[in-house]
Amino acid sequence: MNKSVDNLSKIKRSLTRRNRAEARFQWYGRVAIFIGLAAVAVLFIDIIGKGHGAFQATYINLNVSYDQELLGIENLSDPEQLVMGNWDALPKLALREKFTDVSGRRDKRRLYGLLSNGAGFDLKDRLLANPQLLNTTESIWLLADDDIDTYYKSWLDGEAYAARLSDKQVVWIDQLHEQGLIHLQLNSNLFTRGDSREPEQAGIRGAVMGSLLTLVLTLMLSFPIGVSAAIYLEEFAPKNKWTDFIEVNINNLAAVPSIIFGLLGLAIFINFFHVPRSVPIVGGLVLTLMTLPTIIITSRAAIKSVPPSIREAALGMGASKFQMVLHHVLPLALPGMLTGAIIGMAQALGETAPLLMIGMVAFIVDIPGSFTDPATVLPVQIFLWADSPERAFIEKTSAAIMVLLTFLIIMNTSAVWLRKRLERRW
Amino acid sequence: MSPADTAKPAKAASKPAAKPAVKAASKAKSKPKAKTAAIKTRKAVAPKIKAAQNLDIADHQETVGKSFSDNAKMTMRNINVYYGDKQAIYDVSIDIAKNEVMAMIGPSGCGKSTFLRTLNRMNDTVEVCRVEGDICMDGENLYAPKLDVVELRARVGMVFQKPNPFPKSIYENVAYGPKIHGLADSRVDLDEIVENSLRKASLWEEVKERLHQPGTGLSGGQQQRLCIARAIAVSPEVILMDEPCSALDPIATAKIEELIEELSENFTIAIVTHSMQQAARVSHRTAYFHLGKLIEVNPTEQVFTMPQHQLTEAYITGRFG
Repeated sequence: MNKSVDNLSKIKRSLTRRNRAEARFQWYGRVAIFIGLAAVAVLFIDIIGKGHGAFQATYINLNVSYDQELLGIENLSDPEQLVMGNWDALPKLALREKFTDVSGRRDKRRLYGLLSNGAGFDLKDRLLANPQLLNTTESIWLLADDDIDTYYKSWLDGEAYAARLSDKQVVWIDQLHEQGLIHLQLNSNLFTRGDSREPEQAGIRGAVMGSLLTLVLTLMLSFPIGVSAAIYLEEFAPKNKWTDFIEVNINNLAAVPSIIFGLLGLAIFINFFHVPRSVPIVGGLVLTLMTLPTIIITSRAAIKSVPPSIREAALGMGASKFQMVLHHVLPLALPGMLTGAIIGMAQALGETAPLLMIGMVAFIVDIPGSFTDPATVLPVQIFLWADSPERAFIEKTSAAIMVLLTFLIIMNTSAVWLRKRLERRW
Repeated sequence: MSPADTAKPAKAASKPAAKPAVKAASKAKSKPKAKTAAIKTRKAVAPKIKAAQNLDIADHQETVGKSFSDNAKMTMRNINVYYGDKQAIYDVSIDIAKNEVMAMIGPSGCGKSTFLRTLNRMNDTVEVCRVEGDICMDGENLYAPKLDVVELRARVGMVFQKPNPFPKSIYENVAYGPKIHGLADSRVDLDEIVENSLRKASLWEEVKERLHQPGTGLSGGQQQRLCIARAIAVSPEVILMDEPCSALDPIATAKIEELIEELSENFTIAIVTHSMQQAARVSHRTAYFHLGKLIEVNPTEQVFTMPQHQLTEAYITGRFG
């Protein structure tokens, strides 16, 4: 009797200790999750804080007259004349007409510096699209130079950054602002143009297209190869030291630093097979090498998780091994395989190092349209912009990161969604 | 009390010579800790088990009873099965007659399931498994190199211990076999096969309204009957059942047993069971396995009333197993 009372009090004492330990452990978990979420939040706030400005650009309103004589063009449909046309004269004239009191070479150059040096070409595109505008005058919003853009945005935020501007330029901008002739509007260039040395003209379209082409190729190559390899290794290959050796090596490959794959691609695809450098084909091939181990490993895990009772049922019905795999194992393993593939693709989308090795770091203005056009990819574009000296590239960099993160979030969410959607119970 | 007891003292004398050697070998292989724990827990029941196992030491060689039949569907001669170095089945010879229900009983690990799985070569999937001996069905050697296991498994169907319907609709489950073997010429044919199979498995009335709902949504007993329907949909000649009721409640079990009796009119059935009552209820002949050896085969009634062998008697009277 005494003994049992004694035991009971002991149990009670240990119970409080155990409960405390459990509560403590739960708190560790909560703190860990909080730290993780806080890190993500800081990252997002920082990037969005820096990058949101890039989605708007400064435009200046001017009266432009499409003067045929000034342009030196007789026929708009003659490409040779179009190339020779003095397009820059249009915005310059418009600026001189706006600020009539400006004289002297230096001041004039500063005045012209208000607008992006691409303004003339924008006007050319507009005129070609609307030939009836020739010899007329219209009021039009023209893209401002990146220094003006940086100043105007910072001035609107209350911390004017004028280090790159002359005093006169500041005065002109003030005048324009008072007259309502300078404003911010959606920066469509960011999504429609390729890279440029001028920040205000630079866009991510080229990098996005490059990433897309590279990823499509990577997916087309790595998914079928990876899944076939996984199925063969898991279902058909004999279990001996050769397959053990292969398994160890696949696991090793998954841990190889990605830059090594870049060097491998350089040595094999470019130097040996003479695939042109900087093109999505070679990028896709290298990223295929890189994602294959991930896809093989996740696919094998997915195949392994199919219960043996289903295999036995199929074999017991007289299904051949291939039928068993095709009819029963694959459908059940598919969600896992797709998840693995999407995670592999997300990895490939964010990969930079191997692509530096195969020339996808080149400065490419044109938007790639096929697998054989020189291209760059989003993370490399971020790397290039982060490396540029112009202040305006800071917000561009953050904006490109936001676009990349958006794609990654979409891909990972769709991986979760697909898994939930396709998962079948047994 | 029984022959087992009277036999004990005599065997005990001859035992010490053989047993220590075996023990030492197994001790060296397994972890010492686990071994001592196992010995401790076993001590209480040890005498009885030893009594039974002692009989086995007597170098049992011949199967007693009537293992052969004049009307054999399947004939097995001198079957030895190995898992790697370990031998699981020792020199088993037996016939299964046409349209008979043959029950295989025995304690856990006696090799009855392994033996059953050699009959449709399901052991082929186990890499380390090796089968020796002749297994013939209607005089045709099942282990002949040119024989295709796909064809064999269409002729020898199997029902497993745990109900394992495919994660597809009830209809798809039953239609799967006929589809892959190309047994149905048209959709109407296939519908007919599915209906007939479900009827034979006495499941039709319960599921005819929901043929296109998942088979995994049925109750355990219904799932097992679905598996039986699936097996008979390809009209096999022999059906192997590996403890088909061990995961089911008594009512579901009763239904399956009833079904087995009906099925025996058209099929030859070999059933492995853990339940002696079940063997007694459904089978015509019973084979008793012990440690990989076939001890006794006799008409079921005789096995359960007048077992010929001491081991069989020890088992059916519940002294071990």
